[in-house]
Amino acid sequence: MSIVYKRSEGLTDAITNYCPGCTHGIITKLVAEVMVELGILGDAIGVAPVGCSVMCYNFFNCDMQQAAHGRAPAVATGIKRVQPDKVVFTYQGDGDLASIGTNEIVHAAHRGEKITTIFVNNAIYGMTGGQMAPTTLIGQKTTTSPLGRTEEHSGKPIRISEMLATIDGAKYVARVTVDKPANIAKAKKAIKKAFQTQLEGKGFAIVEVLSACPTNWGLAPNEALQWLRDNMIPYYPLGTFKDWEEE
Amino acid sequence: MAKILMKGNEAIGEAAIKAGCRYFFGYPITPQTELPEYMSRRLPEEGGVFLQAESEIAAINMVYGAAGSGVRVMTSSSSPGIALKQEGISYICGAMLPCVIVNIVRGGPGLGGIQPAQSDYYQVTRGGGNGDYRLIVYAPANLQETVDIMQEAFDVSEYYRVPVMLVGDGMIGQMMEPIEFKDRQPNFQDKPWATTGTKGERKPNIVNSLYLDPQELENNNLALDKIYKEIEKNEVRYEAVNVEDADVVVVAYGTTSRIVKSVLEECDKEGLKVGLIRPITLWPYPFEAFDKINPECKGILCTEMSLGQMIDDVRIAANGRWKTHFYGRTGGMVPQPDDIKAEIMKILRGEK
Ligand SMILES: Cc1ncc(C[n+]2csc(CCOP(=O)(O)OP(=O)(O)O)c2C)c(N)n1
Ligand code: SF4
Ligand SMILES: [Mg+2]
Repeated sequence: MSIVYKRSEGLTDAITNYCPGCTHGIITKLVAEVMVELGILGDAIGVAPVGCSVMCYNFFNCDMQQAAHGRAPAVATGIKRVQPDKVVFTYQGDGDLASIGTNEIVHAAHRGEKITTIFVNNAIYGMTGGQMAPTTLIGQKTTTSPLGRTEEHSGKPIRISEMLATIDGAKYVARVTVDKPANIAKAKKAIKKAFQTQLEGKGFAIVEVLSACPTNWGLAPNEALQWLRDNMIPYYPLGTFKDWEEE
Repeated sequence: MAKILMKGNEAIGEAAIKAGCRYFFGYPITPQTELPEYMSRRLPEEGGVFLQAESEIAAINMVYGAAGSGVRVMTSSSSPGIALKQEGISYICGAMLPCVIVNIVRGGPGLGGIQPAQSDYYQVTRGGGNGDYRLIVYAPANLQETVDIMQEAFDVSEYYRVPVMLVGDGMIGQMMEPIEFKDRQPNFQDKPWATTGTKGERKPNIVNSLYLDPQELENNNLALDKIYKEIEKNEVRYEAVNVEDADVVVVAYGTTSRIVKSVLEECDKEGLKVGLIRPITLWPYPFEAFDKINPECKGILCTEMSLGQMIDDVRIAANGRWKTHFYGRTGGMVPQPDDIKAEIMKILRGEK
């Protein structure tokens, strides 16, 4: 019998803490697979955020540092400036990156730090039990917007990829999702490109991945994916916003 | 090496380089800005990296990443900037990363002022960040002592895997004094825990301060505590002058201790028996120095450029054996020799 599929060597044996139907698991796996395919696992140093993926330092089979909430890009900067020959990445949620950590991500992009960021946008604070994030959609009910987010009270959701694409130092910016196999394949390609951007020494690269949080959206896994298609993708269009190869 | 004349902030930078520090992450703030400026010039010459961060928060987290990579790294700031660094310092302690933080203290609270102050004693010795952690805190009183400590600080921090903070004030940062750098080789420790890439040859290294299991967290904190006890045993530093037969003992550190010394010279000429305890480490605090004080001593005077913060440790040290008194100026005002003398006389005359 030939093996057609196996657990990526980019992952340890640890069981993830992600809920059933959570797409963090798919994204974590894609990052691991890409590192193996690019042959960079032994040179990779990842930075874990604060959020549901905080324990990813136990999942990725490479050296890892755990950062304070939102500070992963600064920690990654410290690592990369000391070890420019290593491959440094951050894996961050939307509360982490788009709220408390906006300063760190904007300036990592602004300096053109040669790091790769995987940005998991699930429009909510997952780990703390479903509070509103800057990325929460208008009308979306969360534990801190119980009647649904309104523009008058909280403004409109922030589009991080579009914003970062305006910064010169950001050399690759793409938004993808993982709701179905075709999109998972595209997401993997984008993640690979984001690492290649670093390997080529081009500058900062980020892939925003629209992700489902069935637990805090209060939906079954399949319903959550449909909600993501119906509500998130129209507001957060998929696509490549910046690509150094096409400039 | 021959004596050279240098400005405090620049001398600190050069001493760090001599100690093998090649990485600096910082953010401008008076009165320490000459230090990052100096490093921006010098570190590239030494094959190192200077990076001006977007904030003190980012700077200390860059230090975290760099320290986790196993190199000698430092940052510097002044009081409001150190306030912002507290989160990162707590993480650095939890993850057991060595580094050196220079704090050229200015007046507060809030934006405060830019003149010398010692009103951050609580901040540097009692944390400010969250959790059961300690920093090794040095408070030198002159430039020679400052560079000597700086040359050793990285060795000490690496040995214990506890960050070192060097506390000065605007006076130390700005003044020029002749100094001599010691011919001493840095004592680099092996860092098998550093994240340098597995190369597929070892298990992943993880730099982390998260322990969700309370028993694991307690174990980690107890392990840190064991190190802190070791530091309390080995690293206490102070200067004690004439305390054995003193009628009054003055306690002061940093710039204030220089003023006190000039007062003591005068007292000596007048035949008054006044001693001095000058803590060089603010943590671990030199409690033992107080045990040598004359049991008949009339009182201890703690003098600070604050409204009374180190006085807490002085009271703990005195432990009811002698009366304790405080005299201080704050906001960037410096205690004057005559005023300190007047306080000493009050104690001698039994008026206090
Ligand atoms: C300084 C600080 N503030 C708040 C928290 C609490 N906290 C933990 S996770 C989290 C939100 C994470 O949300 P997100 O980044 O969207 O990640 P997700 O769990 O959704 O993947 C917050 C606010 C913290 N750990 N540290
Ligand atoms: S709370 Fe949401 S984001 Fe967190 S693991 Fe569960 S489903 Fe995923
Ligand atoms: Mg989230």
